[in-house]
Amino acid sequence: MKKSHILGILIIAMAIVVIMSTAGDASAYVTFEDAKEMASSGNANKIHVVGKLRKDENGNVIGIHPSPNMLSFKFEMVDENNEIQTVYHANPMPTDFLRSEQVVVVGAYQNDRFVAEKILLKCPSKYQEEGVNV
Amino acid sequence: MIHYFVGNLGHFLVILAFVSAVVATYAFAKNIHNTDTSWARFAKGAFYVHALAIFAIAGTLFAMISGHMFEYHYVYNYTSKILPVYYQISSFWNGQEGSFLLWMFWNAVLGLVLIHTNKSWRASMMAVFSFTQIFLVSMIMGVVIFDVKIGSSPFLLLRDVVNDPIFGIQPDYIPEDGRGLNPLLQNYWMVIHPPTLFLGFATTVIPFAYAVAGLITGRFKEWIRPALPWAQFSACVLGVGILMGAYWAYETLNFGGYWNWDPVENAVYVPWLVLVAGIHTMIAFKKSPSALKASVILILSSYILIVYSTFLTRSGVLGNSSVHSFTDLGLSGQLLIYLFVFILLAVLLCVRAWRKMPSSEEETSAYSREFWIFMGATVLCLMAFQVIIPTSIPVWNEIVELFGGSSNMAPPADQVEFYTKFQLYFAILLALLSGTGQFFWWNKMDKQKLKQALTVPVMISLLITAVIFIVAKVQDIWYLLLLTTSVYSVVANAKIFLSVAKSNIKLSGGAIAHIGVALMLIGVLFSSGYSKILSKNNTGMLWSKEFPDEVNQNNLLLFLNEPRQMEDYFMTYKGMRKLTTDYGYVDVNDIETAAGPLELIIGNETVSSDGTRLSPGDTVEIINAENSYFEVVYTQPGKGDFTLYPRVQINETMDMIVYSPDINRTLTADLYTHVRTFPDPEQEIEWSEVEEIAVAPGDQFFINDYVARFVEMVPVQQLPGVTLGPGDVAVKAIIEIEGENKTYTAEPIYVIKDKMAGRIPDVVNDLASRLTIQTIEPEQNRFVFGLSTTQKDWIIIEAVKKPWINILWLGTFLLVVGFTVAIVRRYGEFQKMRDKGME
Repeated sequence: MKKSHILGILIIAMAIVVIMSTAGDASAYVTFEDAKEMASSGNANKIHVVGKLRKDENGNVIGIHPSPNMLSFKFEMVDENNEIQTVYHANPMPTDFLRSEQVVVVGAYQNDRFVAEKILLKCPSKYQEEGVNV
Repeated sequence: MIHYFVGNLGHFLVILAFVSAVVATYAFAKNIHNTDTSWARFAKGAFYVHALAIFAIAGTLFAMISGHMFEYHYVYNYTSKILPVYYQISSFWNGQEGSFLLWMFWNAVLGLVLIHTNKSWRASMMAVFSFTQIFLVSMIMGVVIFDVKIGSSPFLLLRDVVNDPIFGIQPDYIPEDGRGLNPLLQNYWMVIHPPTLFLGFATTVIPFAYAVAGLITGRFKEWIRPALPWAQFSACVLGVGILMGAYWAYETLNFGGYWNWDPVENAVYVPWLVLVAGIHTMIAFKKSPSALKASVILILSSYILIVYSTFLTRSGVLGNSSVHSFTDLGLSGQLLIYLFVFILLAVLLCVRAWRKMPSSEEETSAYSREFWIFMGATVLCLMAFQVIIPTSIPVWNEIVELFGGSSNMAPPADQVEFYTKFQLYFAILLALLSGTGQFFWWNKMDKQKLKQALTVPVMISLLITAVIFIVAKVQDIWYLLLLTTSVYSVVANAKIFLSVAKSNIKLSGGAIAHIGVALMLIGVLFSSGYSKILSKNNTGMLWSKEFPDEVNQNNLLLFLNEPRQMEDYFMTYKGMRKLTTDYGYVDVNDIETAAGPLELIIGNETVSSDGTRLSPGDTVEIINAENSYFEVVYTQPGKGDFTLYPRVQINETMDMIVYSPDINRTLTADLYTHVRTFPDPEQEIEWSEVEEIAVAPGDQFFINDYVARFVEMVPVQQLPGVTLGPGDVAVKAIIEIEGENKTYTAEPIYVIKDKMAGRIPDVVNDLASRLTIQTIEPEQNRFVFGLSTTQKDWIIIEAVKKPWINILWLGTFLLVVGFTVAIVRRYGEFQKMRDKGME
């Protein structure tokens, strides 16, 4: 076998490792129910859940509790299956959190509690707004 | 009155640019073998017209922006009246149309340069070059043919884009002012980063055009010489553009670093890596024909990857997963066509020419110079591959769905950790190869000589590494490996530099660039690998008992004027400030009101941060009304103190709140501080129950734990907003309160108007107190004040130390120097051959 062949095989092997690891480390968009199932079957991978903040009939956000020192907070989130889940986050509440239209939490269940490592907000940006401010 | 003329002119110029690009492509192609001089002249003329049209488009758009013609959508959406000229230029890259225009602008400039610097390559490479320009111009055409929209024009009237009832009533309605520039772009780096990056984008087409021209005309080998300096130029500019973006992110965004493995960052990093790999094989080709095929493939790929990155960032496929995400203008189909046409072109040409391209059957020896270059190029390509596969996850989802499946793959949860892991392994290899490969490149090597050449550099680098290991306590095994190999690369390349520069300094580009890269790796290793969050919660009072596992709280809560300790610093939040043009920062509490969009009137006697004394009624100019700054003083016992001003920008039109850090720079480390959150200015203040205090003039009492003194009661003749009649009376109390750093004066007012009592409270923001005169009991010379308090002003900050980040910037600088030396050399070689009539 020529040296270049060995090299070629090595490169292909590395490429396969890269693809496998991408597939393995890729997260997924799931619901809280799926996330719970994953956690109970021992899968500790972090997943993405898309949803909204919980609101009362008047449209006011409810279920938000910052810690006394304001450095962390928990909130209630409603996922796409309308399941309500308390989410814990170890960072201060972002200033525009209450105004968000949609939230994506990245995290996992730990001892039956959902801990979000990252929160991505989608705000009703006037930036994209159609219409003119007269 | 609506300015129809400029819009029509713009439309016309876009069409002209498109048609002239088509004509130029055809005419250049007609003369591809340099046989027809009349076509040659015609083609040149057509490209001149094209370039002029592009410049005129840019000029027209700029005239519309600087003329504040808000009847146009682009002008309304991205600019406003108060934008200074440099931000008017920046608005070109706020919208997609403008950024495509910037790209075309550079292409037009480069096209003119290429026409004048090429002889035998002119027709064939310009045909390819003009062909790419057709696709770019089509992106801003804004023409609808058979219900298919081609491109999105920047010259559309607002009423044609936006559905608003006002246009039904008043079709000629022109908004008073525009919505302004995106706050993220209001930064000087954003004035120079996009043009640099787009010059990088534009230049990638040049080596591509030479390669394609070579494949078409059968000059399979010859294209390398003219393409090489341009490939180097492109890699240099693109690299600088990427790093400027990184620096902008570091200074302006608040994710706490310069690189976040964001899809948009990745999308340009990948073509850059491939282009650099291509440059290496092109250089190797000078010595070994087997590098030719690799060069062709890499150079073609790098341009296609640029087009792919354009597709990723502009088709909306990335959704909201990126800080950059451009708006989707419905150009995805067009971008896909652009992409597929060039993939197809590249593949067809390669297949056709494959057998005719020279290659060597000989096995490359491990002691040959090409072997090492090939290894380096391979590692670069693997790095690119490792990044592009996960970055394309949204694309894989789309493809699966296209075939009827469903896929819910998301990007890796921790992007930074995921990418860093692999890139770190590859970087170790890269450092090792770039150190060793150089010896093979400059000398004929065998076992014996290799040993000789390597002994000294290896010894020196091990020694240096050992010292750094002890001083900096690098313990992670992978970090240690990266450190060792990078130091080795610096030492080895320094040795090469010394010997090469002695004979001919022109040849030293490679050595300098490799030293630069190795230094960058060391800089990244320390500034990222050893970046340290100083603001870790050390109070021990974790609320987080509810958290299942122990969590790290990386932020610190600072109440106004209450010092907190953080590592060996004491930090104090001093309050919110506004930045003036002439006097530094001014306390917001000392500002009375705004006199204009960029003018403030001072309300209290105050001293600005540069020591200027300002009096009530003075007006100060500010640069940006949206910006507020948080003054945070760091004190290091025994070492003095410094002040940082992290920023928040609140843009109400776009409802955006953007935090930016402030950085204390020293030679060895940056101290980076940004505000995470602060009391929402839109939220109403909750005051405590009123507490009543009865005092006489001269008495002392406590307000929110501060010592206060009721000085006197004085009559007031005039009240703003209230007309006092003959029977009306108004008095104000003067109360002095000793704050931590200064004495505040509160002046609540009591007024009797038309026999009705009115109270005007006074609020001392810094002390979180509100004072009211409740009742006046003149018989007893007693006054009752009402006192309510609220939460003190606060901010939550994160502070990070980034050691040796300056090595990264130094490495970048050397990389640019190295590239420049190499470009000069390679361009000189091309010029010589061209002037001999060979090329």
